[in-house]
Amino acid sequence: MANSNLKQILADGAWRQNTGLVVLLGLCPLLAVTNTLINGLALGLATMLTLMVSNLSVSVMRGLLKPEIRIPAFVLIIASVVTVIELLMHAFFYDLFRVLGIFIPLIVTNCAIIGRAEAFASRNRPLPSLVDGFATGLGFCITLVLLGAFRELTGRGTLLAGADMLLGDWGSHLTLTIIPEHPGFLLAMLPPGAFLGLALLIAARNAWEARKTNTPVEPITNLVPGAHET
Amino acid sequence: MSSNSHPVIRSSILLGFIALLGTALLAGVNELTHERILEQEKRRVLQQLNAIVPITLYNNDLLEDIIEIKDEVSFRDPAPVTVYRARMDGQPVAVMMIVTAPDGYNGDIRLLAGIDARGTVLGVRVVSHRETPGLGDPIEVEKSDWILGFENKSLRNPETDGWAVKRDGGQFDQFTGATISPRAVVRAIHNTLLYFEANRQMLFETPTKAEPVKVASKNGK
Repeated sequence: MANSNLKQILADGAWRQNTGLVVLLGLCPLLAVTNTLINGLALGLATMLTLMVSNLSVSVMRGLLKPEIRIPAFVLIIASVVTVIELLMHAFFYDLFRVLGIFIPLIVTNCAIIGRAEAFASRNRPLPSLVDGFATGLGFCITLVLLGAFRELTGRGTLLAGADMLLGDWGSHLTLTIIPEHPGFLLAMLPPGAFLGLALLIAARNAWEARKTNTPVEPITNLVPGAHET
Repeated sequence: MSSNSHPVIRSSILLGFIALLGTALLAGVNELTHERILEQEKRRVLQQLNAIVPITLYNNDLLEDIIEIKDEVSFRDPAPVTVYRARMDGQPVAVMMIVTAPDGYNGDIRLLAGIDARGTVLGVRVVSHRETPGLGDPIEVEKSDWILGFENKSLRNPETDGWAVKRDGGQFDQFTGATISPRAVVRAIHNTLLYFEANRQMLFETPTKAEPVKVASKNGK
């Protein structure tokens, strides 16, 4: 597989077809856990890992998967991968596991994952599929981190609060208080803040694209055939 | 799986194989992480308990010295209340109880209340709640110091009339825009103190049992 092709996959997954900002899949965890940067990063990494492992497994097995059983097979594979990640987080990142709670098992329902399995991994060789999983996960993770940072900054005036949950004790020194004596902006911390923040991010991305090409952004529809938001 | 068998059978076998693979993987990972997960949960409970009773004050195994008391009338909770007992060389030091304030704004507020052997509050923490973020949630120690105000309080400090929020003529602050959550917590802690006063001996002397202890209410209410 040519290098330029992998680069193409990387750019597609992370930017041109960014799950959170363009395809708008997996919005439930995206909106729910992004009240701090660290929460967003943790769920983003977990989702990225899931995407990579599920894409790889689906691609390896693609010769065996008859069309009529591929969806249940994808579901089985994804559910197994997510449960393994959940158990590992429970064992090794217990505090984070408590914060993210139900959203770890709910990665299963992030239809971006089954979408990539169906649209890409079941039709491509393992290496490109792995790269596609990485790129899509990276794009999703970056979106989560940006949204988390935005909400944490406006809502609490800090950044990286709770970094010790992800990085161990030394992470507690990483917390930056950007706005001291921040009174707390509830709107940003609650779900409406997530919607507003996501809208701002999408607008910013569209503005960037429009400036680059000097043409209005065309609405992109149905990039992942057969995938429906749950 | 011969090549001329029915496609449905082939597909079923394949799906079953994938399921088996997934199950084996999960069983393996579960086996590997099981111990550590239990340990983490214990560590978490101990951390919470030690925030109230410092590790220097006792030398028994808190997580083993547990009784459960079912007393729906006193605790206003149909589920058994867990009591952890702290002792120093066998002498009672404190109890920590997980009690429920059923009258929060959004349902139950679960509290961990530590009371020393003389009936003085060592500390209180919120274990779980669904109070309104920004209004009722200053009951969490992460959000405000309010809950620390219970430390060193007892049934005689303040007297019964003082065990209420200020709006009700008591000693404890309410929050701006939220009286119900602090009122529920104050009531639950007062209740727990009354129960402790009436049942101190039983609380320390009941041997550890797996079965919840059923006791007739001796609470003076």
